[in-house]
Amino acid sequence: MLSYVIRRVLLMIPTLFFVALITFVLAHSAPGSPFDKNENRPLPEKTIERLNRLYGIDQPIQVQFALYLNNLVHLDLGSSLVKDRTVADIIGSEFPVSAQLGVQALLLALAVSLPLGVISALKQNTGVDYASLLFATIGTTIPSFVIAIFAIWIFGVYLNWVPFLGWGRGCGPLPSCDWKRMILPTIILSLGAMAFLTRITRASMLEAVRQDYVRTARSKGLREQVVIVGHVVKNAMIPVATIVGPATAGLITGSFIIETMFSIPGLGRDFVLSINRRDYPLIMGVYMLYATLIVIANLTVDIVYAWLDPRIKLSK
Amino acid sequence: MATIARPLTQDRAAELNVLVRKQRSLWQDALYRLLRNKAAMVGLAIIILVGLAAIFAPFIAPWDPILQHPDRNTYDPFWGSPQYIDHRFILGTDQLGRDILSRLIYSARVSMIIGFVPVTLIFVIGVSVGMVAGYAGGWTDQILMRVTDIVYAFPDLLFLLIIMATLRGTDVGKFGGGLPLMFVAIAIVNWVGMARLMRGQVLSLKEKEFVEAARCIGATPSRILIRHLFPNALAPAIVAVSFAIPSAMLTEATLSFLGIGVIPPTPTWGVMINEGFAVFTTSPWPVVFPALCIAVVMLSFTFLGDGLRDALDPRMKI
Repeated sequence: MLSYVIRRVLLMIPTLFFVALITFVLAHSAPGSPFDKNENRPLPEKTIERLNRLYGIDQPIQVQFALYLNNLVHLDLGSSLVKDRTVADIIGSEFPVSAQLGVQALLLALAVSLPLGVISALKQNTGVDYASLLFATIGTTIPSFVIAIFAIWIFGVYLNWVPFLGWGRGCGPLPSCDWKRMILPTIILSLGAMAFLTRITRASMLEAVRQDYVRTARSKGLREQVVIVGHVVKNAMIPVATIVGPATAGLITGSFIIETMFSIPGLGRDFVLSINRRDYPLIMGVYMLYATLIVIANLTVDIVYAWLDPRIKLSK
Repeated sequence: MATIARPLTQDRAAELNVLVRKQRSLWQDALYRLLRNKAAMVGLAIIILVGLAAIFAPFIAPWDPILQHPDRNTYDPFWGSPQYIDHRFILGTDQLGRDILSRLIYSARVSMIIGFVPVTLIFVIGVSVGMVAGYAGGWTDQILMRVTDIVYAFPDLLFLLIIMATLRGTDVGKFGGGLPLMFVAIAIVNWVGMARLMRGQVLSLKEKEFVEAARCIGATPSRILIRHLFPNALAPAIVAVSFAIPSAMLTEATLSFLGIGVIPPTPTWGVMINEGFAVFTTSPWPVVFPALCIAVVMLSFTFLGDGLRDALDPRMKI
């Protein structure tokens, strides 16, 4: 077990290295420099030269990459080329907003999908089951921005139930926030993961119900509730746990779109904006942060999975 | 004695007065199962309809999709109030006065192309890499699998965002309205899943007796791969393709919606949503129609894909 964990953690390093390398090369092969915004009033040669030197853009690309990696190891992500702030500072102030949105959505997805999946498996081929399958199909199939469009149109504009733009003034992750503005983005962001988890929970429950140990539990006279909760649900949750990793990754990337659509001042929206502004350090910093989060999420899930289910062989 | 060798065909069965079930291959069996699946058939019908609209776009679209009528912008669809409609624009116009119906029809073209070209690439690369890795084993397998490990660890939408955002402005990216770049980007991100799937298939199939038999009579590895393993590993690959197509279309729509996909004025559903979203709350139609198209096409492909999966491999149920 320990060697498995160590091997998996070590495998993260080459992965993240390649993530950094490819992102860096791509970001630098983009045309134009961040300092040629206004074509009618170009900056003087001298100024551009000085700016390039200041930000190290005049160095050969491999030197820039080595410098970047060195800084990265020291958690120095450089400064934004557009805003007068460091990337770490921007991440520090905007990431909590994204994290709050993501955590809310993940909790909501779990709170709805697990009971729904369990119930629909226990009542297989009834109305409840078909309804939850329909929900699962729609939720996994229709992209979040399309659902968001209909939700804004119906609940925000037509029925005018909820405000839907922004996150409230000066609204960090505090309870004093205008919570009404969080309703739509949180629900819509969670839908994909919710539908997916419902589907997996249901399938996993149906698989678990058929196992021999369930028959054994019943035949030794355990009450039905005890069989369901203690034997079926407990075992059915193991495959579900592995899906939480990819689901988290989906929430992270989904938050770009949702934050952009709902004008939420989080990191995802800023990432999309910084791509158009060619703000390389910010692009790289956010990308590295999210890639690391996703790699860690997957790693955690794999380790938890191995720990939960002793039947898995930790081969090699 | 020749009669003994005669196969038991329908005619011969009638002659002998016995009932014979017509022989069905595995593929025919799957086809029958698919044809019985109503949801899958509805999905297929819609996909064919959209495909036809895409092919014959110039003949059915009432207007040039990029022709602007500045004096006739944001007209409502035909059921709107009389002063905001124009019977020549059935579904109304967008904020630049372009006919929405024509733009929707031309968008289907891009969606269909995006659905098929990158998925062909994914299929070719994924199947070859996966099968070779699975069959050869050893260090070939190790190297290929480590590469797929790394590609797999890349957060895919993020990676696509970076590729499109950085290369879109270059000459390569501008070529063909940004489509070829998107083909390659989607293929790079998605071939890994196909490769892993095929590798797993080959790993389990290559120990089977029919492969052993082929090897015994001296079939070359390439012959075994192409004639014996490929057809037997094909069913899950077809199912994977049926899900890869809508996923590629969705990628295009998402990137175009974020403003870094297909380069305007080429109309796509994603581009239409992107352009209309700023004034969405006051004039929803230019956004709602393409969103509806995306939703319907995505659902159709899911129904067809689910049907194919159930038909080709009834055990593979999620």
